[in-house]
Amino acid sequence: MQALYAQLLVGLINGSFYALLSLGLAVIFGMLNIINFAHGALYMMGAFTAYFLLNLFGIGYWWALLIAPIVVGIFGMILERTMLQWLAGLDHLYGLLLTFGIALIVQGVFQNYFGSSGLPYAIPDELKGGMNLGFMFLPIYRGWVVVFSLVVCLATWFLIEKTRLGAYLRAATENPTLVRAFGINVPRMITLTYGLGVGLAALAGVLSAPINQVRPLMGADLIIVVFAVVVIGGMGSIMGSIITGFALGVIEGLTKYFYPEASNTVVFVLMVLVLLIKPTGLTGRAA
Amino acid sequence: MKQQLSALLLGTALSFAAASGALAQDKTIKIGVLTDNSGLYSDLGGAGSTLAAQMAVEDSGLAAKGWKIDIISADHQNKPDIGTSMARQWIDVEKVDIFMDVLNSGVALAVNNVVKEKNAIMINTGAASSDLTNAQCSPNTIHWVYDTYMLANSTGQALVKAGGDTWYFLTADYAFGHALERDTAAVVTKSGGKVIGAVRHPLNTADFSSFLLQAQASKAKIIGMANAGGDTTNTIKQAAEFGIVAGGQKLAGLLLFITDVNSLGLKVAQGLNFTETFYWDLNDGTRAFSKRFSEKMKNKAMPSMVQAGVYSGLVHYFKALEAMGGNPHDGAKVVAKMKEMPTDDPLFGKGTIRVDGRKLHPAYLFEVKKPEESKGPWDYYKLIGTTPGDQAFRPLSESACPLVKK
Amino acid sequence: MSALTDDTLPASPRAMRDEMIVFVAMAVLLAIVPATGIYPFFVMQALCFALLACAFNLLIGFGGLLSFGHAMFLGSAGYFTAHAVKEWGVSPEIGIIIGTAGAAVLGVITGYVSIRRQGIYFSMITLALSQLLYFIYLQAPFTHGEDGIQGIPQGKMFWVLDLSKPTILYYVVLVGFLAGFLLIFRTINSPFGEVLKSIRENEQRAISLGYKTDQYKLMAFILSGTIAGFAGSLKVFVAQNASLTDVHWTMSGEIVLMTLVGGLGTIFGPVVGAFIIIAMQQYLAGFGQWVLVIQGVIFVACVLTFRRGLVGEIGHYFRRSL
Repeated sequence: MQALYAQLLVGLINGSFYALLSLGLAVIFGMLNIINFAHGALYMMGAFTAYFLLNLFGIGYWWALLIAPIVVGIFGMILERTMLQWLAGLDHLYGLLLTFGIALIVQGVFQNYFGSSGLPYAIPDELKGGMNLGFMFLPIYRGWVVVFSLVVCLATWFLIEKTRLGAYLRAATENPTLVRAFGINVPRMITLTYGLGVGLAALAGVLSAPINQVRPLMGADLIIVVFAVVVIGGMGSIMGSIITGFALGVIEGLTKYFYPEASNTVVFVLMVLVLLIKPTGLTGRAA
Repeated sequence: MKQQLSALLLGTALSFAAASGALAQDKTIKIGVLTDNSGLYSDLGGAGSTLAAQMAVEDSGLAAKGWKIDIISADHQNKPDIGTSMARQWIDVEKVDIFMDVLNSGVALAVNNVVKEKNAIMINTGAASSDLTNAQCSPNTIHWVYDTYMLANSTGQALVKAGGDTWYFLTADYAFGHALERDTAAVVTKSGGKVIGAVRHPLNTADFSSFLLQAQASKAKIIGMANAGGDTTNTIKQAAEFGIVAGGQKLAGLLLFITDVNSLGLKVAQGLNFTETFYWDLNDGTRAFSKRFSEKMKNKAMPSMVQAGVYSGLVHYFKALEAMGGNPHDGAKVVAKMKEMPTDDPLFGKGTIRVDGRKLHPAYLFEVKKPEESKGPWDYYKLIGTTPGDQAFRPLSESACPLVKK
Repeated sequence: MSALTDDTLPASPRAMRDEMIVFVAMAVLLAIVPATGIYPFFVMQALCFALLACAFNLLIGFGGLLSFGHAMFLGSAGYFTAHAVKEWGVSPEIGIIIGTAGAAVLGVITGYVSIRRQGIYFSMITLALSQLLYFIYLQAPFTHGEDGIQGIPQGKMFWVLDLSKPTILYYVVLVGFLAGFLLIFRTINSPFGEVLKSIRENEQRAISLGYKTDQYKLMAFILSGTIAGFAGSLKVFVAQNASLTDVHWTMSGEIVLMTLVGGLGTIFGPVVGAFIIIAMQQYLAGFGQWVLVIQGVIFVACVLTFRRGLVGEIGHYFRRSL
């Protein structure tokens, strides 16, 4: 039983990453109607930015949490301005193909310069060590990841669902022409939204840097799992993608305990089940 | 044909030298270094393997004796498909006589078939699979540096002897991981230890915390990592986070290289135990070679055992050719000659090549130094045990190789 | 939103005639390859991928469904054929039938799941399904994990055709390719193909006309998967191995790329695209991972500047559908 609690908690940690990434995908999808295949690559760039900040400029983890999402977010906005915006009005699949190409380029370039085996990034001193919770030894850093990503997810939800800016965003999703008629610069809003979604991916990257090796392909396989998460949850609602992300992390964690052989397939199997029972996804509207 | 670029450079230089000597016999050799130039294992083999081959050619002095030696290299991208089509093309079109490195077991086993079918030679220094000299053995292949059986055997035996008598395995859930776990578990039990459990994790797992918690709860003295590459380094890194080594358990890597230690850093890797057959700082011979090697490397890296193996393998190959006097194109014949002659070179010392194609030499169990013990870059290992060559590898009595007469 | 391929030219008898001329020219060119001294293994590999890309194209170009998991058919059929030939010792033709049938069954199952959603969701679902299969194959003992199934005997097809002779193998692969290609060609120009195109253009209208569009889409998916599987089975005898590479998502991406470069929804585009990408991989092998970057750049360039692909642009210029 004790081991079970431990696995639940550990599952939440993975869930944090799923939630942050699928949230970013949902934000981008809502506004641009694009599935951002480059999300995994941008997540990786977040981790690498943290690495560079530390090793080139001596800027530590805490500043990296702020700076890396901004840097990668700006990179994302440049991508949106120079490439993605030309696809407006075309079939959505072109957006998928374009971002897939971008992902290949980014990952390939990093792989060429930094190899594949990965670079180390240490846990910040303030979060080193662990607590004995009785039923498990919880590294403090892991606890921090769960709490922090929960806060970020809720803040994003608040921003989009409860503020004026968010109201514009949602309105522009529904009817861009009308919103433009009110004198709101819709293209700029689209760019900023893409930057926000990408920034969330980069933030997840910084969070994961001390846990995993910083590797060029760290996002490549993860993104496919996140796609399945998105299919399960549906991208209709922000809260939906947050909850599905955490929930699937926990389910995966439990699988690792009860039947580890299936732990990397369980999300996909769940996806198939959901599709058979409720094709539109758990929270989604019809696509 | 970009892979010819290096060949052209070296080839022209050498052919000038060769042109002066009279060619009584066919004395042209083409060496193909087939490796991973840019992926997961590029630090392990890659450009370093090509460099090692060039050094072997230069040191052999064969050019002055009228031999013409070309080296070409290419990237198989860790895909068996690309490996086989590259191998076919190299033999058919480029007339390559000998394949070096060929790391990645999948690619190695695929190339092994092509090389046998077309009677070329492969000296494999990079692949782990012990099948190359077991069920899949071939009269055209020599497995030079290490294999999974040896790693399991040496690490398992030595650690049990040192008191690590209870084991828990963290195993990558596919054939390779299963084989490593099975072989190591057998050795542990035979040496008087006990295996108290195992957990299978999927390949390329980012998060090992669940598995590490289970390993921690088992209270085993040794946690054997039957996995490789990124999985192993992530396990080690996260084990440090969960305080596993600090809590008194020991991590044993069953397939780990000096390049992994370099990427992890001593702070995380300290205290790890694992086996290699070459370390640059073993003796004067290895130090002299490694110093020359590292000066020529782009990032000043010391040679890995895979790269050292390329050098050592070629040194022996050249000796056999000199003894034969020429006509290097009958692969099986050259390999037979190589098996007849005892091996001796500064990197791996004296050794032999067994009938199944297994090169025998001692296996060393290392422990990774603490950061404060290290005197400089690449000073990583303490030698804590040596298994003699004839005991380190799979005995012929257990072999399923058809070349072994029973 | 505009359709993925704006192939507005109607299928006319003239278009049909043009296509037949190009087809015959292609067949003749390919038939004389062994006499030219071009390295046949390269062409054989390219032919297998060309057929695969054509099968993929049937789905995207004529059904509007972008599958990001087509490698699962290639790899699965390859594994089935390889296992049957190597472990059960069946003859090559039986092996190919087993592999292709396996891919068809897989197509039924995955198609049933994935056509429940459209557009981007369909792509993500196929990708996830192929990743699921990738993990299953990685763990299943019969695939030998990362080592793959190696040293597959080529054997004698129909008791007489010795596949270990490169020239014979070449013609067997060529005949297989042409047969698969013709089947796709026939399908596109059949009433079934016309309904598919109408679904691609406007699914709602097709539904209101009384077509059960889901059934049509499922049929197209199964057919595409089966032909892709057939290509995978043929490839086993060329490469003599079956490995995880063929089920990995990067392979699915390459299939998409081949078709995109040649021209989505064109008949000959995927063939041209496959030859270009395979040639690129062969000749740029020395660049290692830069190959991936180059592929990415081609992806981006294609999407941004010539969405019709090579053949599509040529056809557009001459106002012919190719």
